[in-house]
Amino acid sequence: MPCGRNKNLREEIFMLKDGLRIAAGVGLAAGIVGASSLATAQDKEITLCWAAWDPANALVELSKDFTAATGIGMKYEFVPWPNFADRMLNELNSGGKLCDLMIGDSQWLGGSAENGHYVKLNEFFDKEGISMNDFLPATVYAYSTWPKGTPNYWALPAMGDALGWVYRKDWFTMPELREEFKKQFGRDLTPPTTWKELKEVASFFQGREIDGKTVYGAAIFTERGSEGITMGVTSALYPWGFRYQNPDRPYEMQSYVNSDGAAEALDFYKDLYECCTPPGYTDAYMSANLDAFKSGQVALMMNWFAFFPGLYKDPVVGGDKIGFMVNPAATTEASTLGGQGISVVAYSDKKEEALQYIKWFAQSEVQKKWWSLGGYSCHVAVLLDPNFASTAPFAADFLKAMSGVKDFWQEPAYAELLLAMQKRMHDYIVADEGTAAQALDLLIEDWTETFEDEGKL
Amino acid sequence: MTTPSTLDKVADRAARATPDSVARRIGGLSDKAVAWLFIAPTITLLLAINIFPLIWTVYLSFTNYKANRSARGFQWIGTRNYERVLNDSDIWHTLQVTAHFVVWTMSIQVILGFGLAWLLNRQFKGHSFWTTLILLPMMLSPAVVGNFWTFLYQPQIGLFNYVIGFFAGIDASSFEMLGSVTLAPWAIVIVDTWMWTPYLMLICLAGLRSIPDYIYEAAEVDRASAWRQFWSITVPMVLPFLMLAVLFRAIENFKMFDLVVELTSGGPGSVTELASINLKREAFEKWRTGYSSAFAIILFVTVFGAANIYVKALNRVKQR
Repeated sequence: MPCGRNKNLREEIFMLKDGLRIAAGVGLAAGIVGASSLATAQDKEITLCWAAWDPANALVELSKDFTAATGIGMKYEFVPWPNFADRMLNELNSGGKLCDLMIGDSQWLGGSAENGHYVKLNEFFDKEGISMNDFLPATVYAYSTWPKGTPNYWALPAMGDALGWVYRKDWFTMPELREEFKKQFGRDLTPPTTWKELKEVASFFQGREIDGKTVYGAAIFTERGSEGITMGVTSALYPWGFRYQNPDRPYEMQSYVNSDGAAEALDFYKDLYECCTPPGYTDAYMSANLDAFKSGQVALMMNWFAFFPGLYKDPVVGGDKIGFMVNPAATTEASTLGGQGISVVAYSDKKEEALQYIKWFAQSEVQKKWWSLGGYSCHVAVLLDPNFASTAPFAADFLKAMSGVKDFWQEPAYAELLLAMQKRMHDYIVADEGTAAQALDLLIEDWTETFEDEGKL
Repeated sequence: MTTPSTLDKVADRAARATPDSVARRIGGLSDKAVAWLFIAPTITLLLAINIFPLIWTVYLSFTNYKANRSARGFQWIGTRNYERVLNDSDIWHTLQVTAHFVVWTMSIQVILGFGLAWLLNRQFKGHSFWTTLILLPMMLSPAVVGNFWTFLYQPQIGLFNYVIGFFAGIDASSFEMLGSVTLAPWAIVIVDTWMWTPYLMLICLAGLRSIPDYIYEAAEVDRASAWRQFWSITVPMVLPFLMLAVLFRAIENFKMFDLVVELTSGGPGSVTELASINLKREAFEKWRTGYSSAFAIILFVTVFGAANIYVKALNRVKQR
């Protein structure tokens, strides 16, 4: 049966061809579906840019709810703090599309608004019923508005923060130390409430042997490269009543920036640096301070509230061993502002998805979860909750700090203004050049030149 | 091995495979045209990424342009940026710091590099091992070197402080190499010397090995002392090598950035703020593009001028 065999063979070949055709078709269809679903997935994925630190991890956790609710995936670009401003401002200035959402520093707001980096959110807020009255006024002023205090919103307050202090509660409660401190200073060894008290406590611990280890007074900010020493110094300047300008005549700085109080505060910070910091503490910012505190080197540490949840959980120095306090007072009470608002980047191709994130993030329930995960919400539903103060050992201090925060210039030329201050402060405090009054006079010269270039003077 | 006949065959095959139209077109080109064809991509690249930016920088240096405010536009302001740079006391300070750094690193590295090369040229047992070992620092990344020297200089746990403290009989934490105004400029000199002396040594070693033995043998016959041989043969014959190495390293150190940023960020205060660190801050942190372009052009002209004078001196030494 050769004919029959040929016929069978032909049928088999046809079947094989059909099979291949079907397989190819299915494969092609699957490929198209796969590619389109991949494309959809990629389209529905937005990138959020922020600094690489503890709260960023909390936000990753929180944002899983957003993906679950909307199907929009989240990607993150977290940059370590020392390079954060450089990296992200380069991204914005070059019109980059890397970030759809930016949690940028409060000081960037002026430049980002005027240079068109951020999307103005007023219309969106009105349309979606997002009210700025739902957020703490100080945070709206600092993180959202440009020009300052006007109802022009460029960000949603995302992460409230201020400079605070932690101390070694276990050392403060040692009977022999308490006795010696009382003998020396005529008062109890308690967490300092004024800068004068803080210096006394720091000098008391400086060079002392505790548990067979030499310890030091205080870890403060002295960093030269980014913003460290400015943030540290302003936490002393503000309580001494420092103001950047005449409130009635903007950019008039004489006798404000270089007031007697400012010079006194600067001298005080320099004295604190010289008397009470660990050896070689000439270039320290957040991480160096955390290291010094966690390794049991210092009794007191200046740092941002954002780190406090992590410190409280620290197995070595956390729990009962750590105490928290608000920035000490001098002639008044004030704290240096940290924190950021969340903005939609104007160059993003996924603005709609990014706005959806902001809408989702603004909900009070999400804000409550944000606080519970370790982020600092600015929402009144969280902060003005009667139980808020008892939710964490640092919650009450945070609330107090946020009621008296002051921020650095938020001008478009903020980077120039900041770098000038970094130089003048480091020259005086760490390199011991000139006097406090001279350092402040030089700072006014630098700032005046910048504002002249900006056409504001 | 490919023999000439094989090559001929390959060329024949390539010629046969070339389409007539292409062959006619190439066949009409002169040697010069073909040469231009080959170097054109390189020239284009050079113009695009080297010459054009240079010309553009010169142009920007006469404007008040700010790269982060490009939407605002900019104006031609003549030589105002140059006047400001040259009248800025902070700029002169950074130039002084840079000069201190370049002069001292070069002086110390020349002495140490030549000394080490002279020792290693003696062909003692294990000299290859020691040569390799000495070369290690220059193979490391400046960022890595900066980081680990920061630890070595740490007053409480740093090995450098411990060793100095041990031999000087002082408390190791009583001095701060990176935090002291007087010591920090020397701290960066020490690290650069540690890292780059091997480079000077390597070039000097090449120079020493290039001196023919018969010159020394002739000097021996003339009863020249070892000292005389050193000054009349070794030094003059190594000098062109040494000068070339100094040229390369001096240019590198004039624009030194990474190592010093890792070590001190220009501090304490501004005592280690080199010109390049200041330039970077002006250009990419303060975004004063016009001003920093003027500063960059001044630095470029300075280095270019000094290097040209130096190369002329080098040629004179070579001709002697």
